[in-house]
Amino acid sequence: MKKNRMVYTLISVLLGFLVGSVIFLINDINPLEAYKVIVLGAVSKPSYLSWVVVKAIPIILTGISVAFAFRTGLFNIGSEGQYIVGSIGAFVIGYLLHLPPVIHAVFALLVGGLFGGLWGGIVGLLKSRFGINEVISSIMFNWIAFYFSNYMLSFDLFRKPGTDTSFEIQNTANIQILGNWKQSDAGIAFMQDNPVIRQILRPPLNWGLVLAVVTAIVIYYLIKNTTLGYQLKAVGYNPLAAEYGGIDIRRNQVVSMGISGFISGLAGAVTVLGVSLNIGVMASQEGYGFNGMAVALIAGNNPLLCIPAGLLFAGLNYGGGKLNSALNTYSEVVNIVIGIIIFFIAMPKLLDIIGGFFTGAKMKKDKEATK
Amino acid sequence: MNTLFGIISITLLYSAPLIFTALGGVISENGGVVNIGLEGMMALGAVVGATVGFYLGNPWLAFLCGGLAGMALSLLHAVATIHFHADHVVSGIAINLIGPGLALFLCRVFFDGAAMSKSIPFENKLPQLFRDVFTPELLEKMPFMRYVQIVFQQYIIVYLAFFLVLLMWYLLYRTKLGLRIRAVGEHPQAAETLGINAYKIKYICVLASGFLAGLGGASMSLAIVSNFRETLISGQGFIALAAVIFGNWTPQGAFIACLLFGASQGLSVILGTLGIQIDTNLLAMLPYIITLLALIFFVKSSKAPAADGVPYERSH
Repeated sequence: MKKNRMVYTLISVLLGFLVGSVIFLINDINPLEAYKVIVLGAVSKPSYLSWVVVKAIPIILTGISVAFAFRTGLFNIGSEGQYIVGSIGAFVIGYLLHLPPVIHAVFALLVGGLFGGLWGGIVGLLKSRFGINEVISSIMFNWIAFYFSNYMLSFDLFRKPGTDTSFEIQNTANIQILGNWKQSDAGIAFMQDNPVIRQILRPPLNWGLVLAVVTAIVIYYLIKNTTLGYQLKAVGYNPLAAEYGGIDIRRNQVVSMGISGFISGLAGAVTVLGVSLNIGVMASQEGYGFNGMAVALIAGNNPLLCIPAGLLFAGLNYGGGKLNSALNTYSEVVNIVIGIIIFFIAMPKLLDIIGGFFTGAKMKKDKEATK
Repeated sequence: MNTLFGIISITLLYSAPLIFTALGGVISENGGVVNIGLEGMMALGAVVGATVGFYLGNPWLAFLCGGLAGMALSLLHAVATIHFHADHVVSGIAINLIGPGLALFLCRVFFDGAAMSKSIPFENKLPQLFRDVFTPELLEKMPFMRYVQIVFQQYIIVYLAFFLVLLMWYLLYRTKLGLRIRAVGEHPQAAETLGINAYKIKYICVLASGFLAGLGGASMSLAIVSNFRETLISGQGFIALAAVIFGNWTPQGAFIACLLFGASQGLSVILGTLGIQIDTNLLAMLPYIITLLALIFFVKSSKAPAADGVPYERSH
């Protein structure tokens, strides 16, 4: 059964690429050429790989967040909003407070996570207390967070004069790997002599990478091996049976959305503390939540598999960004391909039929072989 | 006085695309299919409307093509949810990835790589009704007609949207098809026992929802503004979805909710022009907060069709 799902996901990915090929063909572009550009654009240089990792970190986290909620029977479509409030929390702490290094960064990360957890927890509370569908309230909270973030930038306290962004966070809250060393004379001299390391470190590679891996393991363990995980899963599988078994469904919904929101909040905090170092006015939602959903679905809601799924997603997007200059076509094809992949993942029954076709053929062959 | 009528006018204008799209949501969910892909369908409708409108100069044809584009995308959702029992929300997420991606891609293909389509000249936009009625002579003779003009000289989409609300209400509650749609949304098994083809009804509902969402998108790019751009739709499809739920899954309820959302947008536009010191971001939050409060206080009386979002499989 498990193996089946992996195979289905792979088939979905292939079908997605197939549809992408059709789009390329319609545009008079050789699909193999296009996919070569995407793959080489993502992996052919150390700095490319490093960028892919940087871009993957937040969506691995939002992916884990969505996957976790999914496992407990909840649809966290509010990851986007939790991400936004997480970045606000991390920014406010990172900018306003003066604390020693490391402590400052950790505190900012925690506050970002807590903001996200609170945002998600309210959605859980509305569901458990008033029975409001989490999909709907999540959408509302996404937009409230979005406008609140832009509202923050209307204050002189935060907004850098003459720009669309805030001031930058303090150096002590920066979580880039060797962030301060990179700027120092010794660092610049060292990197001059070691071009590979220079390439790897030029993108804002940050400790969020470690955080994402640790989070994946912790959540995997939490679901698999703890009482809390068991209770949350039980509610997801069959709420009535869980209640009969003495599990408090209402409390679990709040806890589940709170944890899920915490992880999405971390994703936002990591981006502020490790990549952008500020928050900016947003014209439209940036899609971390939706991308996280895509990652979770590709990963079959397994937190550990969110890591490769997130890397795949980020690699496609980063490599796809090079289509424009290399082949004079448009990187939006990548979004369409990802959408198609999710679309096929949504239809296990179709894949059953396709799979049945192949296994049926194989069984026939086996039968003939035994004759 | 001018301000008050100005708010009414902008409210009507801004709520029109929402009404089209929300009516799409209403019919889809009454037939038992959750459609969170409205956003993607709107985006595709908007870009196709803008493109056809720009190149052919016929706004009505463009409007229709926008609807058909939304309908084409909704066909994916219909096949997935009806025939292959896909999770409605997951399929909707896929639609929301494909729709805006495809929209921007098409925009770049047809407009030389730009993320914004070229502007449609005013005379090729959808018409404003009663433009010729309010002549300068009339306004001079009867100054109060100025206010009437502000409210009633609207793009035709406003009148069309209002008319569609009536039509949808009539369809759902006064026709045989409507009865069947609601039966399928409430209890598809029972409906099939009575000889109703539940699959067919569901297809009609989802395709209609795509068509209406496409019209909603096209009315953005053919009337409210005069081009397509990346951020044109951002979130309108979700607001329409909220209006469906806020409006208790009825056409008239969704209509009122859309007016409410339109009003808060209108308010922020007007206050902006008056230079009143309320941050537009705070005003923009209002509709969402109001919806949440309404859900908290009225959720007990709000009820989705019983089989909404439940995959239906024929037993034979």
